[in-house]
Amino acid sequence: MSPLILFLAVMAGTAIGETTIPMQTILKVLANQLWGADYAVDRIDAGIIWNYRLSRAIVAACCGAGLALAGVVLQALLRNPLADPFLMGISAGASTGAVAVTISGLGAGALTLSAGAFAGAGLAFGLVVVLARAAGSNTGGGRGAQAAGAIILAGIAGSQLFNALTAFIITKSASAEQARGIMFWLMGNLSGVRWDDVVLGLPAALGGVLICLWHRRALDAFTFGADSAASMGIAVRPVRGILIGGMALVTAVMVSMVGAIGFVGLVIPHAMRFLVGSRHTRLVPASALAGAVFLIGSDILSRIMVPGQVLPIGVVTALIGAPAFALILVRRTRAR
Amino acid sequence: MRLTAESIDWTIQGHRLLKEVSLSVADGETFGLIGPNGSGKTTLLRVLAGLRKPKNGRVLLDRVPMSGMRQRDIAQVIAFVEQQAETLDRIEVHEAVALGRTPFLSPLRPWSEDDDAIVSQALVDVDMLHLANRLWHTLSGGERQRVHIARALAQQPNILLLDEPTNHLDIRHQLSIMHLVRQLSLTVVIALHDLNQAMECDRIGIMEAGRLVDVGPPRDVLTTDRLYRTFGVHADILDDPIDQSRIMRFRSAI
Repeated sequence: MSPLILFLAVMAGTAIGETTIPMQTILKVLANQLWGADYAVDRIDAGIIWNYRLSRAIVAACCGAGLALAGVVLQALLRNPLADPFLMGISAGASTGAVAVTISGLGAGALTLSAGAFAGAGLAFGLVVVLARAAGSNTGGGRGAQAAGAIILAGIAGSQLFNALTAFIITKSASAEQARGIMFWLMGNLSGVRWDDVVLGLPAALGGVLICLWHRRALDAFTFGADSAASMGIAVRPVRGILIGGMALVTAVMVSMVGAIGFVGLVIPHAMRFLVGSRHTRLVPASALAGAVFLIGSDILSRIMVPGQVLPIGVVTALIGAPAFALILVRRTRAR
Repeated sequence: MRLTAESIDWTIQGHRLLKEVSLSVADGETFGLIGPNGSGKTTLLRVLAGLRKPKNGRVLLDRVPMSGMRQRDIAQVIAFVEQQAETLDRIEVHEAVALGRTPFLSPLRPWSEDDDAIVSQALVDVDMLHLANRLWHTLSGGERQRVHIARALAQQPNILLLDEPTNHLDIRHQLSIMHLVRQLSLTVVIALHDLNQAMECDRIGIMEAGRLVDVGPPRDVLTTDRLYRTFGVHADILDDPIDQSRIMRFRSAI
């Protein structure tokens, strides 16, 4: 069922755009490329489909799935419904890295924007983890709540620091044109995506799904907090380290490719909890699928909503996501 | 299974919460842990459950030091019911109890019908089967406590650690939980506030400012002198004319 939905979503993402391409043409191009079939297709169409839209749809799916899963994991482990993939300073760090490379010319042209963003994300995450460890026992609550509280507070501090750095670099040295470009990138942008990104994004997303499925019972065991998880045999520290570290890596990969796309990681997990419950055996695949489909859909809308202009995808995710989520909330409350 | 603690010390941020606590609970024994607020009962239970590693001293399961065991192996033997454990998740009662099977499951050893049967039996034991499909947040405090106990029973432990399990319960369920605990052929360590309930344990230990100051059968340990010194109350100890069991009547605080 879910592979079919995902396939249809990718096909839709490939077909719909400023010029809509019929399904037949897409299937022919796919057959030509994948199995060396020899259908006659328009070369421009073939180029758009294969080099531009298909890779873009796949990367959108990977990002959606990865970010949604990162949200699932952080909300489950930190026991905080407001946790999202960017909590750990990753998006702030990525922005700083991207800005440092593009505007202040760090790396003298040898570094790409993506590499800069990835380095920044890693740096920020590392800083947040160090800070969280140092803060460890000085925040209130029980042992588990302490660790979660420390991570959240450290994340806030780290994010603020890196956001300030970004703003500092932009105001100090960017032209208005550059600043606009950076703003656009920060809100999420899939237009530069090519097959190189699929090679990076697909393993990251699949890896994320596998880590989460492998640890699904551990994620469940955190239902009543870290101590309760430990009393049911979960080695809390290593498991939390693997899951948070893994999801941070997935998030950093996604953000460095397409920018900080908000909303998916925060709201898709909640929406899916309403629909399939909060047990991770179902929640993990459901969230990955929903995140993927949701981001492909948002990408399609971002291309066709304003004719002749591509909106930042972060704007679209929130514009359609917020009302959709409100609808789920209201309906679910009435049903009970 | 015998549970032994050898001169346990536990310090947090300069506060020494446990001081050289040693005790040994025999296989099948029900051991009550009593003491005023802040005397270290909960901390001791957490150390015994393997949730805190003691700075000095060690915990043994039969003759095996717990420090060398994996968390999962400990959880297959010991179940722990915390005083309060809450969640915001929308989970149903049977899902909460099913968590107790966690230490026996793995990605390669999935949920089976046996696990279903164990969960149902645990719900029957705490008289919650009729609420198996209720959502957690619609339960009362006492019902939640019974679900936690069912979750612990679903672990099918050899040793059950309970931290004031009867706190939120009405009198009927207090008695039925105590009855259930006594019936179990497990080693039980139970922290209690109700000293009359403590009378029903095989032995009790009295905690005072991080030390285990006395251990023995309830009749020997709970004396008017002890109630005065440790708990700070004047009390009368009476024998019930109906069954000669001992009752405490508390008169006034010092």
